[in-house]
Amino acid sequence: MQALTTRAKQVQRKPLSWVERIYLWNIFKGMLITFSHIFKKQPTIHYPEQKRTFSPVFRGLHVLNRDEEGRERCTACGLCAVACPAEAITMEAAERMQGEEHLYREEKYAAKYEINMLRCIFCGLCEEACPKDAIYLSETFTPSDFTRESFIYGKENLLIPDPVKQPEAFAKARGLN
Amino acid sequence: MQEHQHHIKLPEGSIEKQTTTLNLGPTHPATHGVFQNILELDGERIVSAEQTVGYIHRAFEKLAERRPLYQITTLTDRLNYCSSPINNMGWHMTCEKLLKIETPKRVDYLRIIIMELARISDHLICNSIVGVDSGAYTGFLYVMQYRELIYEIYEEICGSRLTTNIGRIGGFERNFNAVAFEKLEKFLREYPKVLKEFDNLFVRNRIFMDRLQGTGAISAERALNYGFTGPNLRASGVDYDVRVHNPYCSYGDFDFIIPVGKTGDNYDKFLVRDEEMWQSLSIIEQAYRKVQDFKGADAEVFHADVPEYYLPEKKDVYTKMEALIWHFKIIMGETDIPKGEVYFSVEGANGELGFYLISDGGRTPYRLHFRRPCFVYYQAYEEVTKGSMLSDAIITMSSMNLIAGEMDA
Ligand code: SF4
Ligand code: SF4
Repeated sequence: MQALTTRAKQVQRKPLSWVERIYLWNIFKGMLITFSHIFKKQPTIHYPEQKRTFSPVFRGLHVLNRDEEGRERCTACGLCAVACPAEAITMEAAERMQGEEHLYREEKYAAKYEINMLRCIFCGLCEEACPKDAIYLSETFTPSDFTRESFIYGKENLLIPDPVKQPEAFAKARGLN
Repeated sequence: MQEHQHHIKLPEGSIEKQTTTLNLGPTHPATHGVFQNILELDGERIVSAEQTVGYIHRAFEKLAERRPLYQITTLTDRLNYCSSPINNMGWHMTCEKLLKIETPKRVDYLRIIIMELARISDHLICNSIVGVDSGAYTGFLYVMQYRELIYEIYEEICGSRLTTNIGRIGGFERNFNAVAFEKLEKFLREYPKVLKEFDNLFVRNRIFMDRLQGTGAISAERALNYGFTGPNLRASGVDYDVRVHNPYCSYGDFDFIIPVGKTGDNYDKFLVRDEEMWQSLSIIEQAYRKVQDFKGADAEVFHADVPEYYLPEKKDVYTKMEALIWHFKIIMGETDIPKGEVYFSVEGANGELGFYLISDGGRTPYRLHFRRPCFVYYQAYEEVTKGSMLSDAIITMSSMNLIAGEMDA
């Protein structure tokens, strides 16, 4: 074959010299490298006792957000469901009634909001799609479970703790401390 | 015919078989993926092999016909999952070609950094797995920490490690933060030492050479006939590299060589990949230097200025009507997509990864086809393994870097 470019470079492939042919020497050389690793710092961590810190943008388990007054932010616009490539999100909208202003931030809210964690691929597109800062992906994993049904997370699993009533739990869920 | 003395009394009329049929896969641990090979063995030698495909076919091309462009990125993640950022970027660039979007230089360089990191992590896996399959497990463990570091760099940018969904049409979803650059610097500082050690363990190791040399060889002509690309073709001596022949993403600004082999055997493939890692390292260094040269407002650019396709900033979406409308339009896939037919290919970690996209102006592609290099390599599997030992065929499989996710789409 003639060369197609001027950048080609042949890889080095010379035959073994007699020193290199000696098995023992090779074994010794390999062992030397292996032994030098005994004194190095251990790169693994002991999960679950130790956990690594994730990046602040890590795409983990979903959380439905509340505003400062503890009202649900989601307005059931359905953008997250449209943006979801795995079709994992379903919701049912409801109108906010008189006297519920302290519960829901907008006039319309999600009466039912479900994410099927077995379908979800944690792509983060729902977070990106939400125009109300209502859903985001936190820095935890989905815990394991025994039945398929239990992986359909409803609002009771997804909603973040109330920042007014449970400020500590809220801060923990937001990763603020 | 010679009379045979049988221990087992064969039923009347049965034909005595001289060979053994072995089902290698689809769930064999040595195949690193869902491959099936129906091997005809004479002792330990392979007489013939029949490859089956489709065990993890997920109909990506069909799924893509129902998805707006930005959602298809998540499908490309799952092609060659050892280097998903390259697939992601390739897809974005295909869309940009269709939509006629020019990306700023800084975006190109950042993309190159990510793509070359992905190439390193892919080659690293491939080469160290060749080691594992030939009985040298230790090297694999030593280099894994650095793949981990590469994954951490992805994580800082996109929030995920394996199925990255990194970047958006027109650029990146967010600018690289200081931690990402810190980790990149750490990588550039420490990785050469690790790769050197890896080379020391393998390159001139007699047992390793004995196992690899002469196995899985394919001539340049046969490789071209099959449609080989990437490291597997270069190992046979053809210096074809999409980055050089059809420069995309400003690869023309970079200086690097194309390592080529001669015989196309597993040892050549190993050496080509090894050298490519060194080259990628130098490309990343060059790109990083270029990125640092941007000053002032230029240093903050991380996406092209295309409000029709790139989502507005979140703080504007919360407060401004105009931005909110665009936000809805883009997410719903209601922005105009021109009619057209484009082919775009990138040098994926194991060959030319092509995207053939036909748009009829609707919100989703009319037809999309992925040119998956693994699919091509697998066709040649019988030819390269015929007559070799079973254990060599396993090495050949890993040194061709066959990845089931990419092969079956
Ligand atoms: S992370 Fe992705 S797959 Fe999961 S619910 Fe959100 S959009 Fe759907
Ligand atoms: S979570 Fe956000 S995107 Fe989804 S329905 Fe609620 S407000 Fe809309």
